[in-house]
Order: sequence, then structure tokens, then C-alpha cells
Amino acid sequence: MSSHTSPLRTPLVTGGKTYHDVTHDIARHVENPPNLRWLAALTVSLLFVGIFMYSLYRTLWFGIGEWGLNKTVDWGWDITNFVWWVGIGHAGTLISAVLLLFRQKWRSSINRAAEAMTIFAVICAAMFPVIHMGRPWLAYWFLPFQNTFGSLWVNFNSPLLWDVFAISTYFSVSLVFWYLGLIPDFATIRDRAKGPIAKRAYALLSFNWTGSAKHWSRYEYVSLILAGISTPLVLSVHTIVSMDFATSVIPGWHTTIFPPYFVAGAIFSGFAMVLTLMIITRETFKLKDYITLEHIESMNIIITVTGSIVGVAYITEFFIAWYSQVPAEQYCFINRATGPYWWAYASMMTCNVVSPQLFWFRSLRRNVVFTFILSIFVNIGMWFERFVIIVTSLHRDYIPSSWVMYSPTWVEVGIFTGTMGIFMTAFLLFAKFFPVINMFEVKAILKSSSEPGVFPKRKPSDTAAPVRQAVSPPAGAGVNYDKEQ
Amino acid sequence: MMNPAHPAAAAPVAAPAHGHDDHAHPATQRFILGIFDDEDVLMEACEKVLATGTKIYEVFSPYPIHGIDDVLGIKRTRLPIAAFMFGCCGLSLALFLQIYMLWSDWPMIIGGKPHYAFPAFVPVSFELTVLCTAFGMVITFLTVSGLRPKLKVQVMDRRSTDDKFVLAIEQTAKTSLPDLTRLLRANGASEVNEKEISKK
Repeated sequence: MSSHTSPLRTPLVTGGKTYHDVTHDIARHVENPPNLRWLAALTVSLLFVGIFMYSLYRTLWFGIGEWGLNKTVDWGWDITNFVWWVGIGHAGTLISAVLLLFRQKWRSSINRAAEAMTIFAVICAAMFPVIHMGRPWLAYWFLPFQNTFGSLWVNFNSPLLWDVFAISTYFSVSLVFWYLGLIPDFATIRDRAKGPIAKRAYALLSFNWTGSAKHWSRYEYVSLILAGISTPLVLSVHTIVSMDFATSVIPGWHTTIFPPYFVAGAIFSGFAMVLTLMIITRETFKLKDYITLEHIESMNIIITVTGSIVGVAYITEFFIAWYSQVPAEQYCFINRATGPYWWAYASMMTCNVVSPQLFWFRSLRRNVVFTFILSIFVNIGMWFERFVIIVTSLHRDYIPSSWVMYSPTWVEVGIFTGTMGIFMTAFLLFAKFFPVINMFEVKAILKSSSEPGVFPKRKPSDTAAPVRQAVSPPAGAGVNYDKEQ
Repeated sequence: MMNPAHPAAAAPVAAPAHGHDDHAHPATQRFILGIFDDEDVLMEACEKVLATGTKIYEVFSPYPIHGIDDVLGIKRTRLPIAAFMFGCCGLSLALFLQIYMLWSDWPMIIGGKPHYAFPAFVPVSFELTVLCTAFGMVITFLTVSGLRPKLKVQVMDRRSTDDKFVLAIEQTAKTSLPDLTRLLRANGASEVNEKEISKK
């Protein structure tokens, strides 16, 4: 029983790690003082936060007029960024929930950081609709409060309101899921902590966790159910975001293909961001034994699949525009590809449709530098996708007299780059104070998925018949959903 | 060894007399801990210990051991039922909110749709169902398991969150320390320690 290792599967944890090695390799980054590179990165990120604060101040003090929006193009970089950030968040939930349900063991090394990325990305995303209101201090009008003008309620028929519920639910459920996963690892760090502050801080964070069998049993049920409800949740979020567009009558937006197309795009861009972050993390934290080429290849395969779905969606949109025989719809798509924003469309097509097809080559899928560059390409491409959808549909609407061009002001650019600063600051703080890899899950797969020969054959009674069968568990009882080898 | 300074790790079993004065110290519980390096060895040891009629107080492990519930006789948790109930509450709340607000309290015609536009209520109903399920279930789990932020945490052996699997047996008047030690040793325990912890 001790050597569960499959001779066929490539190991997910290399370097002959023992349980203690796993703890040590991951917890030491929390325990050691921050290094110079981390401090430098944090400084740069905080600089961008400063840019964000100043741009935000300009927006709030002088109003939305500081932006390049106009009467025709009333959604620009703000909503582009919103959709982009929400989409990025989706990969974290996909890794932690969907891959848990599909029993993909390779998720164990990357789920923690990916979920953290989800939370930070959703924070960045949620800022845009609020800022874009122009008067963010009235944001509570979106909540079903009785207001002072009578008992007028919010409009539950509006996708914009669905968004409020979807994003806030998504954020809070992701946060709970993430924190629940962190509790056992905080307990590990607490039990290793030397300093009095660290001891107390991680004791508080670890919620009195001791790792008893009864707690683990409940814990696994809770994780499984959270995964089960997070899976439709993550699909619903981007579906609802796409309905912001799809329920309107703007050409290029009013399409039924939007929900699956947006969800695929979200997973596509999210995995690209996970790759960008994980490649940096594995290099700087020396975690190559945990985030192996196997992991990178698996993520690249998902990128190819979702990138191809997105590509099919682009082509379908064109076909349906032609097939619909609606002139406005047809013009909108011709204008997208050949109009004044052709460069945005070309960037989108190159980065999202053409570039991920290179991952059909195994050598490229397993090339870390190439993957890193391509993941950035995908992120750029997905940003352009949202820009193309929003701006090219709006800037030439039904009345040619109101056709205009749109370009952002430095304030909009500042807010966008600023959110990247917020994202990176949050991720750097996470990487310093929280375990970046889920230690207990990696330990749980260590026997079955590490390199052969690491674990010795069982010591006391090697030849004894498997006693567990003799005890014969009561039928239907017990947690066994992840046991199969 | 990770933490050699730790008393539990350093103190081997001394005298068998300790187990008999349980009633003299009602504020503390005394345990005998079998420390194992491997989950499968631990699981077999659990079966052997239980076969002798000894009660196992608890097993502590760095990660969930699949199948140990059956061995220890841990009942299947009813948290899924609680989760379902919370989900039903969330759904009812969402439907009530939307129907009451848009149909009963302040009916408005929006986009020519009926006041009770059920398809439009689906997204919010779904989101609130998920929200209530997740929060209700997690809060229930933390409450019933006694998991809450505490400044000082009593653990049997600090290495049980790192790489050791700990089998804890409570010492009572009937406990025979040498017998138990021998039993645990014979079944693959790498160490057998004593631990005294104060009751909550």
C-alpha cells in the first residue's frame, strides 16, 4: 500500500520530497525575512497603487469628464477592464472547484495561488463599475434598500443588478473557499512558528485547527460541497457579465452565443494569468519540484482548448451576423475587422486565436520561457477582445451622425495600470505571509504522485494481508470519494 | 526531527503509575500518543488498538486520511443536509424579496414585462442560494467543530501538522501504560509519548 506510485503517470511532485520537505520548502518563505527582490517588487507595485490613487482622485474630484468617454461611447476602458479582471478571476475557481470535482490531482500545487489571484482580480474588477458610476458614494443604491423617495425598489429585471449579486456572491464565496483551504496550512505554520507575534498571529488565523480525524472528515465534505456550488457559480458569473451586453439591442452585443463564449474566454485569460504568476513564483521561490513542467503543460492544454472555443465563437459571430440579414449587425462586424479599430481586432485575433495554436507542439507546451511570453500575449489579446466588443459596437451606432472615435485619457490609463499595482501588491503580500502552495493537499497526493521510490515499503507487517478489508466498513458510510488510485 | 525542543517530542513514557490518579487532576486530561510516520501504518495500528478493546480518543494527521472514518467509526457528517437547508432558505429569501418588492410592494411595468417576471428572477435567486449555502454551511462547520480564532492552541504534538500521524488514547484508571506502549510499538509507532493537556 505504501508505494501507490503509478509507473505510467508522470510524477506531480519531483525531487524525492518527504512530508517534512513539503512543509519546509513552502513554509520557509513565510518564515524567512523578505528578500530584496520582494521588497523591490513591492515598491514598484506600490508606485502603481499611487498612480491609481491619483487617477482616482482626479476622477472623483472632477468627475467622469476626466475620461475620454462621450455621448456615443459611454463604456470604454472602465468596463473593458472590469470584464477583463473578472475573467481573470475565473481560473482560480475553475482550478479549485471544477478540477476538484474532476479529481485532477495536479490542481493541488496551484490552487492556492490561483484562488488568491481570483480574489485579488475580483477586487480590481469590482472597483470599475463602482468608479464608473461617477458618484460611487451612491453605490448602495444598487442594494435592495427602501430609499428615501418612497418605497421604490431596485429593478430585479436588470442584468446590471444581477451583476451586483453575482460579483458579490462570487467574491465572498471564493474568499470563504480560499480561507477554508488556508486553515490547515496556517496551523502548520503556527506549529512551526518561533517568534511570539508569528505564533499568536497564525494561531488566530488557524482557527484552533488541530487536524483531528473528525475535523478532516467534515472538512472534506465542506470542501466538496463548496466545490460543487462554486462550479455553477463561476459559470453563472461570467454568464451574467455577458448578459450586461447580450440583453441590450446594440449590434454586436445582442447575441445568444455570449454566455458560453464569455465563460470560455474567462477561463482562457484566467489560465494565462495563472501561468504568468506561477512561472514567476516557481522561479523566485524555487518551487520547481511542486510546479513542474507537467503542471505548465496541463494549463497550456486548457489554454489551447479554451482559446479554440473562443476562436470558434469569433467565427460564429461573423457567420450569424451575415446569416441574420440585419444590416446594422453585418456592418458592425465588418467595421470591427476593417474599420478604424482594425488594429484592436487584429491584435485580438492574433493573440487569442493564432498564438495558442502553437501549443499543439509539445516542445513549446513544455517550454517555460515560451509559455510565459505566450501567457502575456493571451492576456493582451483578451483585453483587446473586450475592448473590441465594447468600443467597436458603440462608436458607430444606428445613427451615423453620432459616429465618433474614442481614446482614453491618461486618467483612464492610470486607473487601469493602477489596478495592476493593487493586484500585484496584494499578490506579493499573499506570497510573503501565506503559504503559496497548499501544503496539506500536496502531502495528500505525495504518495501517489511523487517520484517512485521515495516512500519505503511499509515497515511493520509488509507481508500481512490488508487488514482494512477484514474490518469491512459499513456499507455506504465514510468519505471515500477521492480514494481511488 | 523538526522540533527537538518540544517536551512532547522529548519525553518518553516514564512510569505506569501516572494513569491512576486521573481523579486527582480533574482539570487535565492525560493521553498516550503513538507517533507514526505513515498513514497506512497508522491505520493498521488503529485497527489493532481497537481490536484490543481500547478506545481511541482521536487521530491527528497533517492531511485527511481516506478510509480512517470507517476504522474509527466516525459517523458521516450531516453537514450536506445543513447545506441543503441553507440553500433552501437562500432560495426562499431571494424569491420572497423579488416577488414582494416588484409585485406586491411597488409594482412597476419595466420593459413591458409582467410584474412577476420569473425568468428575470433566476440569476439573483441562484446567487443568493449559493451565498446562503456557502456561508451557512461553513459557519455551521466551524461552530460544530469548535473552530474559532484563539490566541493559544493546545495541540497533542506539534509535528502532527507537519509530517507525523498521531494516535491519541486517553489514560483512564484501567489504562496499562506498558501494555499500550508495547502495542503501539509493535504496530509501527516510531515514538510513544505521554501528554497532559488542560480541559477547556
